[in-house]
Amino acid sequence: MDKFTTLTSIAAPLDRANVDTDAIIPKQFLKSIKRSGFGENLFDEWRYLDHGEIGMDNSKRPLNKDFVLNKTEYRDATILLTRDNFGCGSSREHAPWALKDYGFKAIIAPSFADIFYNNCFKNGILPITQDKPIIDKLFATKAKISINLDAQTISFNNKIYTFEVDSQHKNRLLNGLDDIDLTLQYSADIKAFEADYFKKYSWL
Amino acid sequence: MPQTLYDKLFNAHLVRKEGNIALIYIDRQLIHEVTSPQAFEGLKLAGRKPWRLAANLAVPEHNVPTTQRSSGVSGIKDPTSKLQIATLDKNCEEFGIKEITMNDIRQGIVHVMGPEQGATLPGMSIVCGDSHTSTHGALGALAFGIGTSEVEHVLATGCLWQSKSKNMKIEVNGKLNSHISAKDLALYIIGQIGTAGGAGFAIEFTGNTIENLSIEGRMTLCNMAIEAGARVGIIAVDNKTIDYVRGRPLSPTGKSWDQACQYWQTLYSDDKAHFDKVISFNAKDIKRQVTWGTSPDMVVAIDAFVPSPSNSKNSVQKANWQNALNYIHLNANTKITQIKIDKIFIGSCTNARIEDLRIAANVLKDKSIASNIKLALVVPGSGLVKKQAEDEGLDKIFINAGLEWREAGCSMCLAMNADKLSVGERCASTSNRNFEGRQGQGSFTHLVSPYTAAKSAICGKFC
Repeated sequence: MDKFTTLTSIAAPLDRANVDTDAIIPKQFLKSIKRSGFGENLFDEWRYLDHGEIGMDNSKRPLNKDFVLNKTEYRDATILLTRDNFGCGSSREHAPWALKDYGFKAIIAPSFADIFYNNCFKNGILPITQDKPIIDKLFATKAKISINLDAQTISFNNKIYTFEVDSQHKNRLLNGLDDIDLTLQYSADIKAFEADYFKKYSWL
Repeated sequence: MPQTLYDKLFNAHLVRKEGNIALIYIDRQLIHEVTSPQAFEGLKLAGRKPWRLAANLAVPEHNVPTTQRSSGVSGIKDPTSKLQIATLDKNCEEFGIKEITMNDIRQGIVHVMGPEQGATLPGMSIVCGDSHTSTHGALGALAFGIGTSEVEHVLATGCLWQSKSKNMKIEVNGKLNSHISAKDLALYIIGQIGTAGGAGFAIEFTGNTIENLSIEGRMTLCNMAIEAGARVGIIAVDNKTIDYVRGRPLSPTGKSWDQACQYWQTLYSDDKAHFDKVISFNAKDIKRQVTWGTSPDMVVAIDAFVPSPSNSKNSVQKANWQNALNYIHLNANTKITQIKIDKIFIGSCTNARIEDLRIAANVLKDKSIASNIKLALVVPGSGLVKKQAEDEGLDKIFINAGLEWREAGCSMCLAMNADKLSVGERCASTSNRNFEGRQGQGSFTHLVSPYTAAKSAICGKFC
């Protein structure tokens, strides 16, 4: 997994609450059996004016010029700024895959849906929660935002704000660690657990 | 110390703790074709084997056609759907994972098939790469949806890292009014607490209204917990639960059954257990529900009106409501019963069990769907539900009323197969999500109960 340490970028502002994973990556693209290539279809129904399907040449499709990601000023943004409950709905990991493939490395919102939040960490994306007043300040600025995961800070317009992140999630992102390798270090614990467990719950 | 049901289940599966995150043991992983190919690929690339084969059970369901299955997977017309299902078959064969394949009568929506087969038992920890895994909590199991990286992690290690959720109790008491089902109850609760109301919580549903629900109804309710933002919806084990589980193909028998029952009867929240949040509702306040917007919490009673953004709570909600009305082509203050419908969908992991089909058939008996209904689909939750319905003659009732009787699968709930709405079409749907484009790009979904879907099919508008 890619490491995440620091990041400086402008944020693309997606001023909507309850953005669901169907909107982040519509279902027709879930038929892919790969992990990559979803970026061009990120927010497909908002980003393009026509109906998208797998295998289309997206460079030839008509763009919705009003959509934030189609505005030249946000072309290089690697931070997505949005509202409450981002990533609600379906558990599809295709949503963070699409965000990552597009180029987003961090998402800032007042809150995230639980499954989506976990899925971000598995893919090197840092989801940051901030209180609404700070979110409003971020929506009001076009300044660059700097994120420091180790210090757990975001800074913009010469002000620094802290954010909360679980120490285990933080450690794995900072070091780009593979979850499965880490867990398999505890194989002996898992086997010992199983021995007791299946004795106690013999019908399982 | 008194414990909640969620605490009991979480602690029973705790392998180790690291800070706020716990490694928990997974008893059952249900696998389907959409969220598993990349997980299997990951295992292969790393040269890993499944930790415990018997924990896993696979079934294709999201992509399967609901017509013309006689030529099997190779006969699926959509090449991308075919590839995804063939990939599941191949992966299961290669890794030795038990799969119920497309043409097996036991095939069905993973959240219908699991309980039906006894693959879901009280007290189990159950995961699946699907957010509606919360359904299985209806049997007193710890069940929640996960992403594909986690599917791979469970395959490889038999465990999952989880932060423990907070405990929420939603208590409902009183007798439900006639024709009010678990679906109306679920939509009503979501309307009250919002789609993020349960975020960070495991919700336990309690109270005599819940006790009086059938197991099917409890599954509908727990299924929709995720639409309130909670990964886990859970209900204590009682005699109904045990009766439901008895005699299922994968349920224990003999002495094992007795031991299991003894344990299952401890699966309830202790009297003085601490809940971080408690919300109470009165069953008699609940009317039939219809969603009007693009989020499950945009919901009103059937005798109400589409709300006006000027009555919203704050600027964010106002913008959401305005966006929703623009998308769904409805004006504020329109009477719900004046909204005309183009299509009807009776199905999904929320409402495709035998009880749901019986309710719909009872409404449609000797009736016909309205002439403006272009298509009305009934898609049973599994091949076994389909057979049961046919044994009871329900298929004939649907067909005589002008509905189509299909093969089991997820179908038009998320429209990954050929069953979808066209641009501008409006659907009364017994599914769980009314998001923009969910049932087809530019289409409009209104979530309702099977009773309301069936009745509205006859009226041609909500009634």
